[in-house]
Amino acid sequence: MAAGVATWLPFARAAAVGWLPLAKKTMPKPPVDNSSRSDEILYVNVSGVRFQTWKNTLDRYPETLLGSSEKEFFYNEDTQEYFFDRDPEMFRHILNFYRTGKLHYPRNECIQAFDEELAFYGIVPEIIGDCCMEEYRDRKKENQERLAEDTEANEASDAPLPPHSTSRERLWRAFENPHTSTMALVFYYVTGFFIAVSVIANVVETVPCRPPKGSVKDLPCGEKYQLAFFCMDTACVLIFTFEYLMRLFAAPSRCKFMRSVMSVIDVVAIMPYYIGLVMPENEDVSGAFVTLRVFRVFRIFKFSRHSQGLRILGYTLKSCASELGFLLFSLTMAIIIFATVMFYAEKGTKGSTFTSIPASFWYTIVTMTTLGYGDMVPNTIAGKIFGSICSLSGVLVIALPVPVIVSNFSRIYHQNQRADKMRAQQKVRLARIRMAKKGTTNAFLQYKEDRAIGDRDSDSTALCVKNRSAFEHQHHHLLHCLEKTTNHEFTDEMTYSELCMTESVGFRTSRSTSLSSQQGAQNNSTGCCPRRARRRAAMRLANSTVSVSRGSVQELDMLHVKTTSIPPQTRSSLNAQSDDLKLNCGEQDFTAAIISIPTPPANTPDESLPPSPAPIPGILRNTRATAYTHDTVKISSL
Amino acid sequence: MLTMNLEGLEMIAVLVVVVLFVKVLEQFGLLEAGYDDSVEDELELSAVRHRPEGLEQLEAQTRFSRKELQILYRGFKNECPSGVVNEETFKDIYSQFFPQGDASTYAHFLFNAFDTDHNGSVSFEDFVMGLSILLRGTVQEKLNWAFNLYDINKDGYITKEEMLDIMKAIYDMMGKCTYPVLKEETPRQHVEVFFQKMDKNKDGVVTIDEFIDCCQNDENIMRSMHLFENVL
Repeated sequence: MAAGVATWLPFARAAAVGWLPLAKKTMPKPPVDNSSRSDEILYVNVSGVRFQTWKNTLDRYPETLLGSSEKEFFYNEDTQEYFFDRDPEMFRHILNFYRTGKLHYPRNECIQAFDEELAFYGIVPEIIGDCCMEEYRDRKKENQERLAEDTEANEASDAPLPPHSTSRERLWRAFENPHTSTMALVFYYVTGFFIAVSVIANVVETVPCRPPKGSVKDLPCGEKYQLAFFCMDTACVLIFTFEYLMRLFAAPSRCKFMRSVMSVIDVVAIMPYYIGLVMPENEDVSGAFVTLRVFRVFRIFKFSRHSQGLRILGYTLKSCASELGFLLFSLTMAIIIFATVMFYAEKGTKGSTFTSIPASFWYTIVTMTTLGYGDMVPNTIAGKIFGSICSLSGVLVIALPVPVIVSNFSRIYHQNQRADKMRAQQKVRLARIRMAKKGTTNAFLQYKEDRAIGDRDSDSTALCVKNRSAFEHQHHHLLHCLEKTTNHEFTDEMTYSELCMTESVGFRTSRSTSLSSQQGAQNNSTGCCPRRARRRAAMRLANSTVSVSRGSVQELDMLHVKTTSIPPQTRSSLNAQSDDLKLNCGEQDFTAAIISIPTPPANTPDESLPPSPAPIPGILRNTRATAYTHDTVKISSL
Repeated sequence: MLTMNLEGLEMIAVLVVVVLFVKVLEQFGLLEAGYDDSVEDELELSAVRHRPEGLEQLEAQTRFSRKELQILYRGFKNECPSGVVNEETFKDIYSQFFPQGDASTYAHFLFNAFDTDHNGSVSFEDFVMGLSILLRGTVQEKLNWAFNLYDINKDGYITKEEMLDIMKAIYDMMGKCTYPVLKEETPRQHVEVFFQKMDKNKDGVVTIDEFIDCCQNDENIMRSMHLFENVL
C-alpha cells in the first residue's frame, strides 16, 4: 500500500463511525495501540553525512530496513544515531523515497551500485516511479547484455553438444550451426561451392561461344556444350535436393520448416529442373519451360544461409515496409499526374511519341529518376515546362523519403524492442497488482484467524501473532468492522468460485422445520449458499437429534469447510464467535475424511461448544494453513 | 516567337511558372505576406492553494491538542501539497483501503459529509473539524454526524431511497468475493430492518430525533461509539 495511505488510515477509521448505526453485528474490539503517539526525530549518519527525519516517515514502509526493527542493529549508543557505512549520495534518494513515496533513479549513477544500495536497504526496484522506470530498465538491460556478451566472448564458441541427443537433433544442429563439427563445416562449404557453380553456369551458358565448324552464327555456350551444362546442372540439383531432404528430415517441426522462407527458396531453386525433366519436348510448353529457367536464378538467394548480412538486409526491408509503401504511393501519384499532363500537352504534335497516357508513364519515370534516356522528348512549350517541373519534383519526391526511411528504420527498430519490453512489464505490473490485492485479502483473513484464536485462547495468541505493523492491525480491524456492519465476510477468489460451483450439488432436504427456521434467522443469504449454511449448521447442530437421527436418509454429500474461518453462527447466539475447528498455528496439513455419524451425539446445550467435529467421531482435525489461496477442505458426510 | 497562341494548357503552364516565381521571391523576403501577429494571451491559471487558519484557532475550534494538529497537518500536506482535497483524490485515497470492492460511491457520500461548506473541496479545516467530531466528540455529536452522512440531500429526513443508496454504497465496498454471496436484495432488506428499528411513527422517513433516540436506546450502538476514540 502506498506510503501516504498510512497517514490517511486514521481518517478512514474515523469515518467508520458512519457504519455504526447500521451495523448488523457488534463491532470487534480495536487493536491495542502500544506505539508511542509522539513523533520523534531520528538521526541517521551515513558515512559522516547526517540526515534527520521523523520516525513516522521511516515507519511508512515497514518491510524495508529503515522502517523495521532491523535498523536497530545499526544504532550507535554513544552518538545516539543510526550509522550506516554506505554511500551518502545514494542515501539521499533512498530517504526521498520515504518522504515522497516515489523512488527516483539518478541518471548519473552506475546501475549496479544503485541496485546494490536498494538491496541493502530492502527496497524492491519495482517501486521506482514511472518517471524513472524506463531509464532504469534500459540501463539495466544494457548492462546485462554487455556482461553477457563479455562472458560469451570469453567462453569457447563451440559449446559442447548436449548429451543424449538423437541423431536427428545432432543433424539439425549441424545444419543450423556449421561450426559444431567438421562434417558440418565441410557440408557447408560444399553447398556454398555448388551454389556458386550453379549460378555461374546459369550465367555462362548464355554467353555466345565460338560457333562450331560449319556455322556462321554465334551460339550461346549453353547450346554448344549442352551435355556438359546438363551434367553440371544435374549434379547441383542432386546436391540441393539431398540437402533439402536432409533438412526436412532433421527439422524439429516439419510444418514450420516447410513454411519458412529458406525452404521455399530451396524448393523454387530445384523445381525447374524436375519440371523440365518431366515435361516433354513440346513446342507449346517450351516457352513456359524457358520461363522456368529464370527461376534458377533464385539459387543465389540460398547464399543468405551463408551470409548474415543478407539476412539483416532482408529484415531491414521488411521492417521498413510501410515507409517503402509510402514512397511507392507518392511516386505513383506523381507519375500519374505528370503522365496525364504530358500526354495532353503533347497531344497535338505530329509524330509525338506520347501516344497514350500509359506510354507517358515511361517518360515520367525516366525523367523523375533523372535518368533521361531521351527516347521520348516533349516538343511543345507546355510540354517542356511541365517536363522540367516533372524532373525537379522527381528529385524531391525520391530524395525526401529516403532519409526518413533511414531514420524511421532506426526508430522503428528501437521502438519495437521497447514495445515488447512494455508488454512484458505491463503483464508483470498487472500480476503485481493482483498479487497485492490478494495479499491484502489474505493478510486480512489471517488476521481474523488470529483474532479468533486470541479471543478464545490467550496462550496460543502469543504463538500466532506475527510481526505485523500497527498499520496492518488497524487496517484489518477496519475491514472487520465493515464485515460486521454488513454481516457478510470477505473471502478469496477460490472460495467464492467454489461456493458458486457447488450450488449445483444435489441436496436432499431432510431437515426439520426447526432447523430451517433457525437458518432463516441466522442467515440472510438465499439461493447460492443456503445448503452449505444449513449443512454447516447441521454440523453444529449435530448435538441435536434432529438431523443426525435421520442418518440413513442422508446421502453422500460434499461439504466445504473454509479453513480460514467458519461463519460464527451457533445455535442460539448471533454474537458469539466460535470457530468450529480447533486451529493450530503454523501447521499445514489437510485431510479429507469421510465422516460417519453413527450415533446421535450427546445433547450438550452448551453455549461455548467445543468444536463440533469433536462429537462427531472420525473427522480429523483440520489445521489452519498459513497459505490461504487454495485451501478448502472437502468433507463428505454420510 | 513573340506572338504566342496561348491555349488552355499553355496558360496553365505559364500560371504555374508565375506562382513558383512569386514563392521564390517571398523566400527572399521581397514580398511580404501579411501575417497577423498572434496575440498570445496566456492566462496563468494559478493552482488552487489554500493555507489553513492558524494553529491556535484550530486548537480552539477542535478538540485536538497542538501536537496532534501538527501531526495531522504534516500528513495532510504531504499527500495534498495544495492544501485541499478534491473529490477525485478523496475517492482514490479511500478506495485504497478497500481493494476488494468499489469504494467510490461511499467515498462520494463521505466527501459530502466532510465538505461542510459544499465548495467541492475539503480543506484542512473541514478535515480536522470532521475528525474532531468523529474522534473526540460526544455521542450526540457523532450520531448527528452519522445522520448528516445518511441524509444525502440534507433536508433533515432520511428517506428509504437515501438509505438504500448509502446501503448499496457500503455493500459495494465489500466487493464480489464475500461469504455468504451478496444478493441483490441484501441492501434492501438491510434498509427494511433499519427502518423498522428507527422509524417510530412509521411515516416512511427517519428524523434526527427518532434517529438519536433510537440509537441511544440501543446498547450495541452506544458501546461501539467509543470504539474509534483512540485512533489518533
